[in-house]
Amino acid sequence: MDALLQFIFSGMTVGAVYALVALGFTIIYNASDVVNFAQGEFVMLGGMITVFTYMAGVPLPLAAVLAIVATAAVGVALNKLAIEPARGAPVVSLIIITIGASILIRGAAQLIFDKQLHRFPAFSGDAPLRVMGATILPQSLWVIGGAILVFVGLWLFFTRTLTGKAVLATANNRVAAQLVGINTNWVMTLSFGLSAAIGAFAGVLVTPITLVSYDIGVGLALKGFAGAMLGGMGNPKGALVGGLLLGLLEAMTAGYLSSQYKDAVAFIVILAVLFVMPHGLFGSKSVERV
Amino acid sequence: MNLLEVKGLGISFGGLKAVDDVSFAVKPGEIVSVIGPNGAGKTTLFNMISGIYLPSRGSVTLKGQDVTGTAPHKLAEMGLSRTFQNLQVFQEMTVLENVLAGYHLRVRGSILADLLSLPSMRRRAATAREGAQALLTRVRLDKAAGQEAGSLSYGALKRLEIARALALNPSILLLDEPAAGCNAVETEEIDHLIAELAASGIAILLVEHDMKLVMRISNHIVVLDHGEKIAEGDPVTVSRNPQVIAAYLGADHAEATHADS
Ligand SMILES: Nc1ncnc2c1ncn2[C@@H]1O[C@H](COP(=O)(O)OP(=O)(O)OP(=O)(O)O)[C@@H](O)[C@H]1O
Ligand SMILES: [Mg+2]
Repeated sequence: MDALLQFIFSGMTVGAVYALVALGFTIIYNASDVVNFAQGEFVMLGGMITVFTYMAGVPLPLAAVLAIVATAAVGVALNKLAIEPARGAPVVSLIIITIGASILIRGAAQLIFDKQLHRFPAFSGDAPLRVMGATILPQSLWVIGGAILVFVGLWLFFTRTLTGKAVLATANNRVAAQLVGINTNWVMTLSFGLSAAIGAFAGVLVTPITLVSYDIGVGLALKGFAGAMLGGMGNPKGALVGGLLLGLLEAMTAGYLSSQYKDAVAFIVILAVLFVMPHGLFGSKSVERV
Repeated sequence: MNLLEVKGLGISFGGLKAVDDVSFAVKPGEIVSVIGPNGAGKTTLFNMISGIYLPSRGSVTLKGQDVTGTAPHKLAEMGLSRTFQNLQVFQEMTVLENVLAGYHLRVRGSILADLLSLPSMRRRAATAREGAQALLTRVRLDKAAGQEAGSLSYGALKRLEIARALALNPSILLLDEPAAGCNAVETEEIDHLIAELAASGIAILLVEHDMKLVMRISNHIVVLDHGEKIAEGDPVTVSRNPQVIAAYLGADHAEATHADS
């Protein structure tokens, strides 16, 4: 029983990170139909930039904010320099562009920073908390709480603000959105900036636990993508559930089978979703009417 | 002054001149129809005027301003709105939300006012809601306001698109086959609606295959065939034009149309 709870704690922690990455996929996918494989690099940038500005003497909270802002700027640049000019190209080409961008960002990070593993201090110390016989790191609570905060904030944004509704309208029907006066290019820029900021935020939260290096993005993108697929691509609720579920599945696999199989879970989930329920748990089965 | 002026407009798709050297003008409150056989280039012409396609040649002038290739959302701000032959509605939103989306430009304030839901914002949202309801009543969809748009019939969706376009408070409205797929009663309703809109000063640019409707309500007709303008004029003149009869109406239809006009 203690072991199960322990696995749940660790599963929730990584799951929250996967959920945030999946959410990043979802936002960009909704605005543009593009699956952005540079999403993992946003997490890496969030962690790396925080580490290096912190090491340069900037207080940790400020370093984190700087990292999130800088990463959002990278997201906006990705859209403006690579995606927007190729607008009208097939979606597959756009996806390949994002893969190229992820390689570029990784390479640049390796040059600008280094190849080492880094961390900065946990926000509330490293002393584990005991809960019903299991332990949980205070930083895990930060990760889970941060993810909840992002999801609630985004839910408010999409349901309460006109800008949020404009994003949803664009996701629903791009042409119709333009027709009612929504600047869909701006919506895309906003989506890339927002996704990048969310990714960076995840990186800031999780770095004290998992550490960060220039190449952590690939794995995270894969896991986040699997989470998004599981939940149903394009659905924020699906991103949350899918990400958490994948984290839990991984933790259980590592705990009850072997940690060697842990990384296979994401692949199995992707395959299973593709074969059994291509729309995921919450995916819409909307049909185009002509 | 002309509200809309199209001069020498043309576009090619890989060698095919889908529209070539088309010119005409629309005045405020006027109903101008564009007719022509299937594939004549009517929708393509609309797409160029409304900023969906970038024309290869020619210019579009709206209220004296050159708007060739201007993005659709900018044109919406300038008072040009349209509907689509193949329907572009927000399927996953309710009928009311679809029309509310059309109020987006008039309602928007700062994001901050929005997030804090300031009174100014709420007042504007309430006005939009009332306006949207009134528009739905006008196209007889008020009863369906809360329904998901995706569940409506084809004819109802056509009217929903018109209501949404009207929410933008346009000075010119482009309607691409508004009566297609509608039954006789619905067609009659659309007919009345268009006449009403024109009477209220909105210019209408219409593409429609229902010849009776076109001949009855148009002030001016532009005839396209294979992307080129082959005739223009008032309904009587156009329906008697031998080239039009040959290209479009077909020899056997000619008599019926004469009888109508
Ligand atoms: N995006 C495009 N790419 C290539 N060809 C196109 C494109 N859009 C239109 N065309 C071609 O341009 C020509 C005109 O098409 P258009 O849809 O404008 O005709 P239409 O007059 O609206 O016909 P209908 O009455 O059937 O609606 C057709 O030959 C069509 O195949
Ligand atoms: Mg057409």
